[in-house]
Amino acid sequence: MLPNEIYNNLKTEFGDAIIEYNDAQPTDPFILISTDKLFDVCHTLRDNEEFLFDYLMCLSGMDLGDSMGVVYHLYSMTHKHKVVLKVSAPKSDPRVPSVEKIWRTADWHEREAYDLLGIQFEGHHNMIRILCPYDWEGHPLRKDYKVPEFYHGMKVS
Amino acid sequence: MNDKKILELEYSTHDSDRMRINVGPQHPSTHGVLRLEVEIDGEIVTEVVPHLGYLHRSFEKHCENMTYPQITPYIDRMDYISAMNNEWPYVMALEKMMDIKVPEKVDYIRVIIAELNRIANHQIAVATFGMDAGAFTPFLYFFRDREYILWIFEKLCGARLLYNYFRVGGLSADIYPTFKEECLDVIKKVRKTNAEVMNLLINNKIFLQRTTKIGILPADVAINYACSGPVLRGSGVKYDLRKDETYSIYNKFDFDIPVGKGAAGILGDCWDRNMVRMDEMEQSCKIIEQALAQMPAEGDVKAAIPKKIKLPKGEVYMRAEGPKGDLGFYIVSNGSDKPERVKARGTSFVNLSVIPEISKGYMFADLILILGSIDIVLGEVDR
Repeated sequence: MLPNEIYNNLKTEFGDAIIEYNDAQPTDPFILISTDKLFDVCHTLRDNEEFLFDYLMCLSGMDLGDSMGVVYHLYSMTHKHKVVLKVSAPKSDPRVPSVEKIWRTADWHEREAYDLLGIQFEGHHNMIRILCPYDWEGHPLRKDYKVPEFYHGMKVS
Repeated sequence: MNDKKILELEYSTHDSDRMRINVGPQHPSTHGVLRLEVEIDGEIVTEVVPHLGYLHRSFEKHCENMTYPQITPYIDRMDYISAMNNEWPYVMALEKMMDIKVPEKVDYIRVIIAELNRIANHQIAVATFGMDAGAFTPFLYFFRDREYILWIFEKLCGARLLYNYFRVGGLSADIYPTFKEECLDVIKKVRKTNAEVMNLLINNKIFLQRTTKIGILPADVAINYACSGPVLRGSGVKYDLRKDETYSIYNKFDFDIPVGKGAAGILGDCWDRNMVRMDEMEQSCKIIEQALAQMPAEGDVKAAIPKKIKLPKGEVYMRAEGPKGDLGFYIVSNGSDKPERVKARGTSFVNLSVIPEISKGYMFADLILILGSIDIVLGEVDR
């Protein structure tokens, strides 16, 4: 199934929760989804017979300047088709529903996005840092991040 | 002895206190600087909590301050056992964005090099897995053979481990005159050692008793955890990007995808994952032989590319089948010569996340083997 067919099918089922289909860029088109409906959309994408997206290839957090974004790359083992989903959240308090209960692989990816970008995944069972030390301050991949001078009395940079 | 059912029975009859112990980060059997916090009840593992980040080098942050060609050496340092395979999806992503078609000879050389590196990776994986089980001799055999592969790489690009050989639109250097003969010679040696190791290690009774029926990973769990490579194929799922999402010229070669069959124990156990790696080495040899025979003798190894590599505005997600599984790069470009964001989907990072799931209920000594059968490289986990 092609991404625009997936978009049309989702649009008929979820209506306004599916915001935009974007194929303006040179490569993969993506579907922009309303943040609060993300869990339901993902659940449908995994379990509906015509989608069966059982494999979450990649989950990446993004700093979009004035907001934070999360990108989901999905793949179906049965139908061998792919789709890219995007959500965005305000930068002051980025909250995105966790899809950890749908694809267990999202557990560590979401912790990484929280660690490096400060995106809170609601419903995640263990939202703690994964790559940086547990008591690290700030989220390094944010564009406005300032490297601290000292960490426990050790010079950082 | 290693049957899970019996262990659960023993576990329920003993009412002992649970103990939490640390494995790593400085321990040879964790294959790097991985720290596992393990809760044990007597000898039985009840919980495993991995703590990562001891080798975190802020790869993704560095990428935002570097031009595209400068990033390739950093990618070598992710999975330093199979650096050639790591570079491939990255340069493919750039080539896809810039719409560059690489010359035919480059594709052949890339396939040969990547498969040689796959053999080298699996040799280390099987060797260290054998070491975890207490077999030292195969380790020496494999490291001797791997050296011949590294010599080829050294002659090609001057480096033994961190190559920076794949460039956008081509390769850093052409092959040397005796390349073909040396590759064929290496294949002969690989096959000879593999036959020896099959008798010495894989079908050894002690090794079978240690590695079968432990760390069983069912196929649906493996897919839900997005495992890939030999970990997923060991569970009987026939999924290989070289066939399922053919890239480069893999469709020109005739090869099989080995999957686990539960031949020695239960489908998806540690022995199956290890066996998939042994079989894959043979398939890689087959691919290299075909590629060497078909490779055009003459040709350029660099496509015409602009002096300054700039990507058009947009994004790309490119993945390729590395020895450990899918390695993906998600690159977002803002139109300049530096990326806006690079996310590396580290294969080992994803594969390692299944450890807490599959190591519960087995003996503590088995945990080391289960970890070894996943084949992780901490450089890729922590990035």
